[in-house]
Amino acid sequence: MIPSNYFFILSIILFVLGIIAFFVKRDLIGQLMGIEIMLNAANLAFLALAKASNFPEAQAIVLFVIVVAAAEAAVGLAIILLIFRRKKTIKTEDIRSMKG
Amino acid sequence: MKDIFWLIPFGPAISALVLVLFGHRLSRKVVSIQACAAVFFSFAVSVVSCLGLINANRADFPLIKHLFSWISAGSLKAGFSLQFDPLSAVMVLVVTGVGFLIHVYSIGYMSRDKGYARYFACLNLFTFAMLLLVLASNMILMFVGWEGVGLCSYLLIGFWFEKPAAAAAGKKAFIVNRIGDAGFILGVLFIVLVVGNSEFMAINEAIGNGGLARGTATGIAILLFIGAAGKSAQIPLYVWLPDAMEGPTPVSALIHAATMVTAGVYMVARMNLLYAFSGTAGQIVAVVGAVTAVYAATMALTQNDIKRVLAYSTISQLGYMFLGCGVGAYAAGIFHLYTHAFFKSLLFLAAGSVIHSLSGEQDMRKMGGLKKYLPRTYPAFLIGAIAIAGVPFLSGFYSKDAILTQAFAQGHYVLWALGLGAAVLTAFYMFRLIFLTFYGEERLDPEAKRHLHESPRIMTLPLAILAFFSITAGYVGLPAVLGEKADVFKRFLNPVIRPVSGGHLASGTEWLLILLSTTAALLGIVLAYALYLKNKRIPHAFVARFPGLYKLLYNKYYVDEIYDAVVVNPLVRCSEGIYGGFDLKVIDGSLDGSASAAALAGKILAYFQTGLLKDYALVFLLGVVIFMGVLLF
Amino acid sequence: MAIFLFLLLSVICVGSVLGMIISRNQAYGALYLVLAFSCLGGLFGMLGASFAAVIQILIYAGAIMVLFIFVIMMINLREGIAPEKKKWTIRASGFIAVILLAEIILASKGGPASGIAGAAQGAGPADLGRILLTDYLYPFEITSILIIAALVGAIVLAKKKEKK
Repeated sequence: MIPSNYFFILSIILFVLGIIAFFVKRDLIGQLMGIEIMLNAANLAFLALAKASNFPEAQAIVLFVIVVAAAEAAVGLAIILLIFRRKKTIKTEDIRSMKG
Repeated sequence: MKDIFWLIPFGPAISALVLVLFGHRLSRKVVSIQACAAVFFSFAVSVVSCLGLINANRADFPLIKHLFSWISAGSLKAGFSLQFDPLSAVMVLVVTGVGFLIHVYSIGYMSRDKGYARYFACLNLFTFAMLLLVLASNMILMFVGWEGVGLCSYLLIGFWFEKPAAAAAGKKAFIVNRIGDAGFILGVLFIVLVVGNSEFMAINEAIGNGGLARGTATGIAILLFIGAAGKSAQIPLYVWLPDAMEGPTPVSALIHAATMVTAGVYMVARMNLLYAFSGTAGQIVAVVGAVTAVYAATMALTQNDIKRVLAYSTISQLGYMFLGCGVGAYAAGIFHLYTHAFFKSLLFLAAGSVIHSLSGEQDMRKMGGLKKYLPRTYPAFLIGAIAIAGVPFLSGFYSKDAILTQAFAQGHYVLWALGLGAAVLTAFYMFRLIFLTFYGEERLDPEAKRHLHESPRIMTLPLAILAFFSITAGYVGLPAVLGEKADVFKRFLNPVIRPVSGGHLASGTEWLLILLSTTAALLGIVLAYALYLKNKRIPHAFVARFPGLYKLLYNKYYVDEIYDAVVVNPLVRCSEGIYGGFDLKVIDGSLDGSASAAALAGKILAYFQTGLLKDYALVFLLGVVIFMGVLLF
Repeated sequence: MAIFLFLLLSVICVGSVLGMIISRNQAYGALYLVLAFSCLGGLFGMLGASFAAVIQILIYAGAIMVLFIFVIMMINLREGIAPEKKKWTIRASGFIAVILLAEIILASKGGPASGIAGAAQGAGPADLGRILLTDYLYPFEITSILIIAALVGAIVLAKKKEKK
């Protein structure tokens, strides 16, 4: 019906948008949101690929990706909370502990 | 019997090794017994081998024992092989015999020293090196021994290294020796180049069948003599010997009287065919020897330190030996080496005994009248002095006379006259020493006088033995006047040392020469008596009359100062310049530079570590992009 | 018909992502993201992965974004944080993004058959369940452990320190 190519192109666009989001946003939460977008784009590509080459296990893999993304988002947000408590800011420019 | 000669060096070698490794853990008694036993072992083997030699077939000489092949680099081959013939026999007997007596003496002299084991280790090592030197059958192995004795000389001169003067003296000896060794090495290399290898037999063969041109031979002989001049303290490389008196007195006796300094003479005698073949080189050796003999004797006239007098005396006597070898009387030169070993080491050991009894006093101006306090040292000293002065019936006379007669017979009248003059001076300064030390009024330091005592038996017994030999050793080489057969020594050395043609004097001339030598000796003694015993004011008047001359002699002709200014200081300044300019700036600079370059690189890279998450992510992204690009294309 | 639905969903998706990027208020951004994820869920469904679609909406658009909103509210910033102002960063990242785009397009040219999203052999939930419990048993169990770990971790990290 719909050529898989279209889905691929969409996924690519979303992925690149995710990268742009990561670099454009100056706060930690925004960057985390960019990462989520990238993950979803990857999921989309996965499923498109599965449809194109008849790979039924793709759904299981997508399930795993979603689960891992959930876990990562939970822990990441907890860390952001901690950083906020410590430094009272979530602007990434202000967080330079890794310098040197 | 004679085939066991190769064992001779190994007794002291093993003992030295043991002492170096474990010496500090062994008791003094064990160290003493071991060290002396090792040398005695060598002495015993030497005696046995020598006896075997006497009864052996002359045509077999020299006997060679090849132990193992040591260097084999292309065409340069040198084996660790030892040879034994009459010349080696004489040398090993002298080295081990006198060496043994000195080891025993040292037990007493060094009994209270902290570095007892170290001393005996060095002494044994020295004995090993010296034996290697005289027993080697090729020049390269001889050079190993040559260097070895130089090293041990440094170690022993600077034995009390906490004293700056001693350390400096050791350094000076080694460096001056080294300068001579440069010439020696060049000579050896030329020999290897021309002859093919450095075995003595091969060299002699090459000379015999014309393989060596006369000019080359002269060049080589001169180069080798430069080495000998360094080792045996001839002009211009003698300056280390007086300073070497900073070492313990037994060291001076062994190394700087009997053995190491005679290595040069041995070398010339060993290469006698070479020196005879190249007439010019022989001339040079003789002239240097004669001039040194007189020159050193003049410096001995004014010295106040008892050991310095003996040091200059040694230089002078070595000059005699070279004079003998230079005019072709190699046997006479070796004969003088042999007798000199006895009376010079006797003199040094006796001087050591005097110093020991005076608790370390060496200045003769603080001695006097010791005759009655040192009843065993004094006679020994006296015998040694008489022997060196060349008074008839003692050993020194025979050997000195042999040299002077040969010089005259070969027509070198000037050299003969120089030798005679040196004989007068020798007698004079030796008896000046005797009269100042043992006779006259006592000028002793009161502290020293309280502790004044004769030395222990263990020190005076070697003195007695050496005194005995100083008297009797000369009888193996009676002058030709008394018959051709009388010179046993010369005939013994015949296979090794070809007698030089010509030089036969009428017996009348010979007796005249003997008379002249005797007169020279007695003249010297009488003069010394007159100046130092009878009328003490004469020396002072003399000095007052010729202050310049006295200063010149007293300061050793300012040679040390000249060397310092002309050679040493420019070199030191040059080294400092190079050190500052090159070593510090270039070498250290490049090392520090590479370190700072690494630090700089680190600083530049640290610029990228901003700590910002985004920058790191950017780099990630770049990596991914590049990676994908590479994969795609 | 399907094309129309596809276009609609994709436009809304891309549009809301753009909106998220541009907005300076994080809460607005989060809401935009919810919209985007829902559209993605629809797209998953169009691809025949019904289970994945449902899971996407339940968990992603539901639980994860709710987490985000919780945290945003907890942080409670008064003023929003404007997106990047520095021109050079935007340009650099834009440039790299374009390169990446090109690369991926090039890569996908040689990809699997750009054929019709064909055979209706879409795996149903029953098939998925069987796969999960047989071939992919280990990853399944491990992900459950992972979730527990993340849970514990998040709680430990974020709880308030007890006042002694």
